[in-house]
Amino acid sequence: MIPFIVTALAAFAIYLILTAGSGTVGLWSPFELGAGAVVSLLTAAISRNYFCGSRDYRMANPLRWLYCAVYIFVPFFLEMARANLDVAYRVITGRIRPGIVRVSPDLATDFGVLLLANSITLTPGTLTVGIDEATNDLYVHMIHIGLGKEKKEIFESGDLFTFFPLADWIRRIAE
Amino acid sequence: MTDIWVAAVVVLVALIVLTMVRLIAGPTVPDRVVALDAINTLTVAAMILLAVIYEQIIFVDVAIVYALLSFVGTLFIAKYIGGELGQ
Amino acid sequence: MIADTIILVCIAIGLVFNTLGVIGILRFPDVYTRLHAETKTTTFGTIFLSLAVIVYAISRLLSDGDAQFLTLSVHTFVALIALAFTNATGAHAIARAAHRSGQVPSPAVIDRYSEGDA
Repeated sequence: MIPFIVTALAAFAIYLILTAGSGTVGLWSPFELGAGAVVSLLTAAISRNYFCGSRDYRMANPLRWLYCAVYIFVPFFLEMARANLDVAYRVITGRIRPGIVRVSPDLATDFGVLLLANSITLTPGTLTVGIDEATNDLYVHMIHIGLGKEKKEIFESGDLFTFFPLADWIRRIAE
Repeated sequence: MTDIWVAAVVVLVALIVLTMVRLIAGPTVPDRVVALDAINTLTVAAMILLAVIYEQIIFVDVAIVYALLSFVGTLFIAKYIGGELGQ
Repeated sequence: MIADTIILVCIAIGLVFNTLGVIGILRFPDVYTRLHAETKTTTFGTIFLSLAVIVYAISRLLSDGDAQFLTLSVHTFVALIALAFTNATGAHAIARAAHRSGQVPSPAVIDRYSEGDA
């Protein structure tokens, strides 16, 4: 029952975001509210086991989502801008030294690993290639490894980023 | 003001045509998937700009659906290349 | 107007990064480095093009007060989030599939993924 309610509420929230500004009840028209309720109930009936597969409801806390939004707009966006300037520089000069390294981020939850893998993919010259599911270690393709650094067996997650320790932010969001 | 948006869309279309060089040249299948993914991203950007030019919000809705569907397509092609389908 | 200037700058940044991404796809030597150019640079460029649309919608909303521009900005924002998230995940899927299909990163100083049992 709990998966059904959580999925229905999430689907209804997304429907409300997509139809904002359509009418007079608040921002929505009565027809849109009714249709949204029906559609989100149907969605919940079909997909509740995919949406809440792990039966882990800590991400239902709105504070975590607020923290997630702050994370995306401040540290993540700055890292991403720096990454893009870096990759643009490498596109123009062609100065690359690629390789795949192993990174041990020490995260426990699936959502945390997903967030970190996506953050790594969108930031400084790094791209997640694979995951060791037993230890949650990530295999990361780097476009430019500093001279001599490739001898290190396992990288810390802090070695990948320049300005902020993104893994610590993600630990606070997802765990 | 409309000229700027139209010029941006023209540049995007030119970039899509350039990306098709990689789509045709290959040399391997994953290279072609990368080019296809880039074309999808540029198409979404062009659709969002077209919504401003024609003042039709439905273009943005189509762009959202296109982004999500192309994602599903990329995932299935990736599964196929990696040999994980039908097991 | 200030809004026009912001829009112009955003469009210029977006087009420059998209162009660099396409050049990178044409220029880099193997599939992994091409993925770098594709995911990061084209996503960043598209984010700035969407930002230009959002700024335009907000400026029209403030001057005209027409509710359809609120819808335009919200929908563009949703498209932006969907695009950034799906691009990152899709790049990961392509990289994994390329590695499983036997493509080794051709100029590479190290490859821990092939050394391990994964």
